[in-house]
Amino acid sequence: MKRWIRKISGQDQDLETGLSEEDSQETVTEKGAAPEHQAAQAPRYGLFKRLKEQMGRTRGGFIRQMDELLTGRREIDRGLLDELEEILVMADMGVGTVQEILDRLRSEVKRHEIDDPEALRNKLKEHILDLLEVPAEPLEWEPAPFVVLVVGVNGVGKTTTIAKLAYLLREQGRKVMLVAADTFRAAAVEQLETWGSRLDVPVFKQRTGTDPSAVAYDGMDAAKNRNMDVVIVDTAGRLHTKVNLMEELKKINRVISQKIPDAPHEILLVLDATTGQNAISQAKLFNEATGVTGIALTKLDGTAKGGIVVSIAHDLGIPIRFIGIGEKMEDLRPFDAREFVEAIFSS
Amino acid sequence: MFDNLSQRLDAVFKKLKGYGKLSEENIQEGIREVRLALLEADVNYIVVKDFVARIRERAVGQEVMDSLTPAQQVIKIVHEELVKLLGRHNQNLNLAGRQPAVILLVGLQGSGKTTTAAKIARWLRTRGRKPYLSPADVYRPAAIEQLKTLGAQLNIDVFPSDPSFSPVEIARRSVAKAEASGHDTVILDTAGRLHIDEELMTELKDIKAAVDPQEILLVADSMTGQDAVNIAKEFDRDLSITGVVLTKLEGDARGGAALSIQTVTGRPIKLVGIGEKLDALESFHPDRIANRILGMGDVLTLIEKAQDTVDRKKALELQKKLKKDTFTLEDFRDQLRQIRKMGSLEQILSMIPGLNKMKQLKGLAPDEKELIQVEAIINSMTPAERRNYTIINASRRRRIAKGSGTTVQDVNKLLKNFATMNKMLKKMRKSNFKQFPKGLLPF
Repeated sequence: MKRWIRKISGQDQDLETGLSEEDSQETVTEKGAAPEHQAAQAPRYGLFKRLKEQMGRTRGGFIRQMDELLTGRREIDRGLLDELEEILVMADMGVGTVQEILDRLRSEVKRHEIDDPEALRNKLKEHILDLLEVPAEPLEWEPAPFVVLVVGVNGVGKTTTIAKLAYLLREQGRKVMLVAADTFRAAAVEQLETWGSRLDVPVFKQRTGTDPSAVAYDGMDAAKNRNMDVVIVDTAGRLHTKVNLMEELKKINRVISQKIPDAPHEILLVLDATTGQNAISQAKLFNEATGVTGIALTKLDGTAKGGIVVSIAHDLGIPIRFIGIGEKMEDLRPFDAREFVEAIFSS
Repeated sequence: MFDNLSQRLDAVFKKLKGYGKLSEENIQEGIREVRLALLEADVNYIVVKDFVARIRERAVGQEVMDSLTPAQQVIKIVHEELVKLLGRHNQNLNLAGRQPAVILLVGLQGSGKTTTAAKIARWLRTRGRKPYLSPADVYRPAAIEQLKTLGAQLNIDVFPSDPSFSPVEIARRSVAKAEASGHDTVILDTAGRLHIDEELMTELKDIKAAVDPQEILLVADSMTGQDAVNIAKEFDRDLSITGVVLTKLEGDARGGAALSIQTVTGRPIKLVGIGEKLDALESFHPDRIANRILGMGDVLTLIEKAQDTVDRKKALELQKKLKKDTFTLEDFRDQLRQIRKMGSLEQILSMIPGLNKMKQLKGLAPDEKELIQVEAIINSMTPAERRNYTIINASRRRRIAKGSGTTVQDVNKLLKNFATMNKMLKKMRKSNFKQFPKGLLPF
């Protein structure tokens, strides 16, 4: 175990923060006191700095290209807007969304609301922010047990996101339980268990191959019996086009609400930011099947594109709840559209 | 897969066909729409630009204008250029040289390396090799456990890795172990990593230096967006990859990554993953994929699959029946049994020319569990009922439901589907069957 931890921290200096062996033992003995202290110490400024750092690739990607395009230009002509279109499409923003942004910009140019490149940059920032802001009820994590059902296609990072989310909630002093309802993939239960023991968070599990709905059903009982604040249910990755697997998801959903009325309170769809326009299709079909209430967008640090964020928020009107910007435990963060836009547009 | 792109292009071509004689303007408009379709399919922007420029050059020239069927000419040009994008020929795994041969799998987190490792092992075993799986992902919790479980399912040996070993150590020792135990191919599964993570890329270089793999395959998710090209480029720069495995192609990915990677890196796509099951791996044939994208089906792959599994004599019999309108529930049951050996129904249907365009078929393909149920229902019928389903009245339905442990609704559903299927067959008999050369029908 120790050498294993060493490897993890070798890979990324991260896991010292909450994950190294000493720390997790500390939380066993001192029950949550240490993490709270830690959270209180983290200054807001530091968080923004980290976001800026981790979004460096997006900034270095399309924002830099845009700045290169704009510097030295005096006026805005058709050629410039065409090139801007190209840059935005390359950032995975999606043809439809890009068209909409450009339509707005073009009419603003026509009305002389935009006369120089600097104004164009500001307007673009404004439009992106506008598309990103989706009106939604904030997550209150109440009433207890607050049930979060985590869904998504294979390999987007559901289990890791759950671990980070559990960490985040535990830091806030909530009692969190994980339910291992991915009974399909080999060793998925073990993966969640490993996280559970590292985070000192209980994991409810049954054998691999059990009906996931049954696991979810019994998991709800366990959560109620143990007076949990939040229950996070992990499900198997499934391609959104597989009708039978989407049916299975509906069943899990139904079974949960039989046990706890109004649950699941949040159905969190995990999307991989490196995915292109297919993310839209994923979100649409998962939404049709289960009524997605929020999105967690992972691996944003790994892509120079990131434009898919805009497409998703705008096309679907589903709020982005969290973004994953790195491998550290704290790198899953609540999404704030304004902060995000500031981070990528700042130089 | 590629359905969306396929439908978009189909709409463009239909419009072109409607014109009869094409003006330059018609063609330009068509090309603009092709461009949009490709961009929405996540094909890399730069690749699209080149592609469109080449098509424009060829399509606006005399080649098309003078032709009697200009729209067909345009489709032909798009097809040829698509094949060029995808790489001209099918490239097999190259495992010649020193044995045991080593296949190193690399890629981003979540691209599907571990599943692919198991699939490749199975694939090689059916081709007469003796594979050995080596899990070298010591970072992701339970990754090693995952490969061990998959190995056990396939009954393929797995190196007993432990998270406390270093990946390089695992690579070296597993090759030695494979050699000693008479295996001829080692498949090394590594941890997912970002292409920009220098430390982990160095680790891969070290593994490469230690075991000198014959194949370094980049496992890439077919749903990747515009970044696919950068990812491939950077892995290639650091490791000189020998090929690409595209995964999750059974979804509705529009195949942009597939179309871009080959062009930009020049590295061939060698294998594609088309399902969650461990036999869902195919070799990649550029021309066949181009056919699928253009809605022309992929009869060749289907035939190969069929040849692997289907009884020849029965196939010929069935072919006759299909053409003659005597397809009964009994034949249907035979088919179900054969098909279950071949792969999922959805996959098979998508390979049949013209079928992917038929909207009615969508959602008609039953899932595997349903297939078993369907077989049970048919088993509970009398021979007379199987030969002529129209005699199955309400009381017969009740009996059949009871006999097969299903409900009357299930029986109804089956009969309705069967009737629809017969209708479709009739339709095919009128149109598409004529296009089939004799003896080519895959069933």
